[in-house]
Amino acid sequence: MLIVLQKVAKVYEVGSEKVYALRGIDIAIKQGEFVAIMGPSGSGKSTCMNILGCLDRPSSGEYILNGREVSALSDNQLAMVRNREIGFVFQNFNLLPRSSALENVELPLFYRGLSSSKRREKAEAALQLVGLKDRMAHYPNEMSGGQRQRVAIARALVGDPSLILADEPTGNLDSKTGVEIMNIFKELHNSGHTILMVTHDHTIAKYAQRVINFIDGQIQSEAS
Amino acid sequence: MSLWEVFRVALGALSSNKLRSFLTTLGIIIGVGAVIVMVSIGQGANQQIVSRISAMGANLLIISPGRDASRTGGGWGARGLGNILTNKEVEYLQRGATTLKAVAPELSQSGMLNFKGANTSTRVIGITGEYFPIREYNLAYGRSFNKQEEDTASAVAVIGETVVTDLFAGVNPLGQEFKINGTRFQVIGVLEPKGTGMGDNTDQVYVPLKTAQKRLFGSQYVSTIYAQARDERIIPRAVEELSALLLQRLGDAEKFNIRNQQEILDTVSQTTATFTFLLGGVASIALLVGGIGIMNIMLVSVTERTREIGIRKALGATQQDILRQFLIESLLLSFLGGIVGVILGLVGSGLVAKLGGWSTVISLNAILLAFSFAAIVGMFFGIYPARKAASLDPIDALRYE
Repeated sequence: MLIVLQKVAKVYEVGSEKVYALRGIDIAIKQGEFVAIMGPSGSGKSTCMNILGCLDRPSSGEYILNGREVSALSDNQLAMVRNREIGFVFQNFNLLPRSSALENVELPLFYRGLSSSKRREKAEAALQLVGLKDRMAHYPNEMSGGQRQRVAIARALVGDPSLILADEPTGNLDSKTGVEIMNIFKELHNSGHTILMVTHDHTIAKYAQRVINFIDGQIQSEAS
Repeated sequence: MSLWEVFRVALGALSSNKLRSFLTTLGIIIGVGAVIVMVSIGQGANQQIVSRISAMGANLLIISPGRDASRTGGGWGARGLGNILTNKEVEYLQRGATTLKAVAPELSQSGMLNFKGANTSTRVIGITGEYFPIREYNLAYGRSFNKQEEDTASAVAVIGETVVTDLFAGVNPLGQEFKINGTRFQVIGVLEPKGTGMGDNTDQVYVPLKTAQKRLFGSQYVSTIYAQARDERIIPRAVEELSALLLQRLGDAEKFNIRNQQEILDTVSQTTATFTFLLGGVASIALLVGGIGIMNIMLVSVTERTREIGIRKALGATQQDILRQFLIESLLLSFLGGIVGVILGLVGSGLVAKLGGWSTVISLNAILLAFSFAAIVGMFFGIYPARKAASLDPIDALRYE
């Protein structure tokens, strides 16, 4: 198993009231799986995503990523796990506006401490994979939404992570471009990548092998 | 990730908003520039005064009369002060002192000069032959008094350059006769100008001491005795010896003052150092305000770039990475400001010297001090914004619109 969540709960204290975002969920994801998480807003899927992405820690329960318990790591250790194990793709792309496509893709390797020649080599390869090698000197505002999301995917891939986390990756794109992006994810899955995607769009969720439905901080159903 | 690359990233961030970066550094530029200009003015003043005091002569001890409590109307009044030292004391010192190379008394009073209808008022100083060598005055032309002229109280005078222009306007003064307080004198020499300002020798007339005492002022006293120590190292011993001799002679330590040139120099240097410190201190307030400007802009920058910070953290930047990034940005601001400020300071103190007529001295110390103070200010005021950036929660930062 690549990912094991056991009785993971997340509680926020708002004033004197306790808000349960996750009420003890169990998820297991195998290496190479393509899983979609669905659910209405407030169902806890974003919280689950943040915990899976090591941006947040569970209040209780265990999270084992690639054989390592990560729920109790320090901030710096979590930063390292994010850098090496996880590739993020966001709904609004989240590229650095003042950096070129190439520099954006190099960023995770920058924080890994790779030399600039090594970074460039890997970043170029990742951009080639998403078909943007000829656009690598362009800045985000010179590119279309679909191209930006492809840069973001290249950035998620460049560090060769165990898990690609995509949060509504087609949410800001028209349906035709959305299909193009999903085809890239499909190819990535076919070449062995593990992908976990949050969406509320059923047509997008169909690309996944397995769909986990969240409601009220719990898993309502699983379907494959 | 090398430091150079972090540097490049910081430079990129700063150059993406050039006007703002420039305005932010302006505080530092002005601060550093002001510190350098102010300190250079202070040190220039110091150097000028020191050179003026040194121009009095080398290894000088200056004996002046003090207070004579035994006289009526004592204290610092006209009668209590001044009329204590006479030729006898001078001779006593010349005979008794072993640490001295020479002793030269002077009697100085103001006198009215008259030459063919032209009048001028100036200081008339009665001196002996040792005086010019001790004060290191040279003759521009003509000659000084000889022994015979001194002994016979001859009416001869050596004059300064200002007197030449004021009184003799265009006429070669050598051999000319003029009047001091109605007494006829002949010019036998003209002094080379030496010293500037208060300590100069140009607006003076020098006559033999005996002439001044007997023929001009009717006084048996001398107003100051200059004594020259054999060399610099024995100055403290010379002071002791002089004190002992004069105490023996006059019976009261209050009746004389011995000032040592080095002492005067020290006092003056201390005063100008305080002055310099004050000027520099006022200027560093500008630097401090500049630092607050940096903090202000860095805080704005952190808020503006919250999302960028979130992205960087999501991709694996640690708190230290973010801290370093923002700290280097504010350091870079203050460094660049420091460099431009140093240039501004150099140009500024040059202008002050040229246009204001002040003498300025630029010291490497002042530059280093101002520059490192700027760096410290940048570091100090950069810490808070950088820590704020580093401690942002990545989830909140990513969600920030």
